[in-house]
Amino acid sequence: MSTKNLVTELTNTASPDADHLRALHARLTTAAERDGVLDVAYRTIDSPVGTLLIAGTNEGLVRIAYESENHDTVLQTLADRISPRVLKAADRMDLAARELDEYFAGRRRSFDLPLDWRLATGFRRTVLGTLTTDVGYGHTASYAAVAALAGNPKAFRAAATACATNPLPVVVPCHRVVRSDGSLGGYLGGVAAKQALLALEAA
Amino acid sequence: MGKVPFEEIVATHGPTVWRVCRAVLGAPDADDAWSETFLSALSAYPALPADANVEAWLVTIAHRKAIDVVRAAGRRAVPVPEPPERGHTPIDGVDVGSDLLTALAELPDKQKQAIAYHYLADLPYAEVAAILGGSADAARRAAADGIAALRRTYPKEER
Repeated sequence: MSTKNLVTELTNTASPDADHLRALHARLTTAAERDGVLDVAYRTIDSPVGTLLIAGTNEGLVRIAYESENHDTVLQTLADRISPRVLKAADRMDLAARELDEYFAGRRRSFDLPLDWRLATGFRRTVLGTLTTDVGYGHTASYAAVAALAGNPKAFRAAATACATNPLPVVVPCHRVVRSDGSLGGYLGGVAAKQALLALEAA
Repeated sequence: MGKVPFEEIVATHGPTVWRVCRAVLGAPDADDAWSETFLSALSAYPALPADANVEAWLVTIAHRKAIDVVRAAGRRAVPVPEPPERGHTPIDGVDVGSDLLTALAELPDKQKQAIAYHYLADLPYAEVAAILGGSADAARRAAADGIAALRRTYPKEER
């Protein structure tokens, strides 16, 4: 037998199968969590508005991303901006996944999971915070109204930018912000998703 | 762009690192060494230089962790007159009873390691030597001697 064949045989014989790799991965995430070296955990969930990526830190839910944002790109951004210690860890994201499931099933009107706001700063952060506390389930507000609530009535463009760059869509309800003329306006997850969420909340 | 998410490192290098661990250790110990390697790598990952060779880095950690696992097992083990039979526990669908792995397990450590790091992890002999100590030539010889021994003891000749 040639060295090449011997090495091929060795590689094949000593290869872990998919289940084995999953078990090793699960063991790693458990140990990483225990040792406090898992900085960003994530998983995906299926929803009526497509597959959502949800990611969290020790402080709470830090990112929800639509497929249109490209999940790989989003994970790379999390690695760059928070920490490259990023692992897929479904268990740690259980609470967020459950609350989102309940919301999409129409059984939940507000979220009470801890949020990590670090990806939204300054006025944008203020706008998103205001939105979360002051524009309730089933209601809508105009960009100008949201800007006013955030303390700067003239800053409706900045309010629109805050919505367009919302790191926590759905949970931070930028889908409830519409144009003053009553038309929907844009949405980072696409207008169809915005329509679907508003319809869900109107039901 | 900074470092890729560690999840990608696990997905890309996880299988190779497990093969390396399995080649130098028995099956249950390979799982321990793999887990310790990636846990340690995750912890150190933010400080890893951006241009580092990730596979060589992981194999270097795996080399140390494999030694730790063997030492820990030695402390736990009750001394037995015969070396314990290797690779008899079927685990996770891997055919650990395979003749080739048995033959590999019987090689001297240096040869096993040189084969694992060069042939399974694809590291050049200079890198292998950096991990094992000694020269690149010595690493090359250890791998060649190991392969020659495997050829002699591994019976599946005709193909």
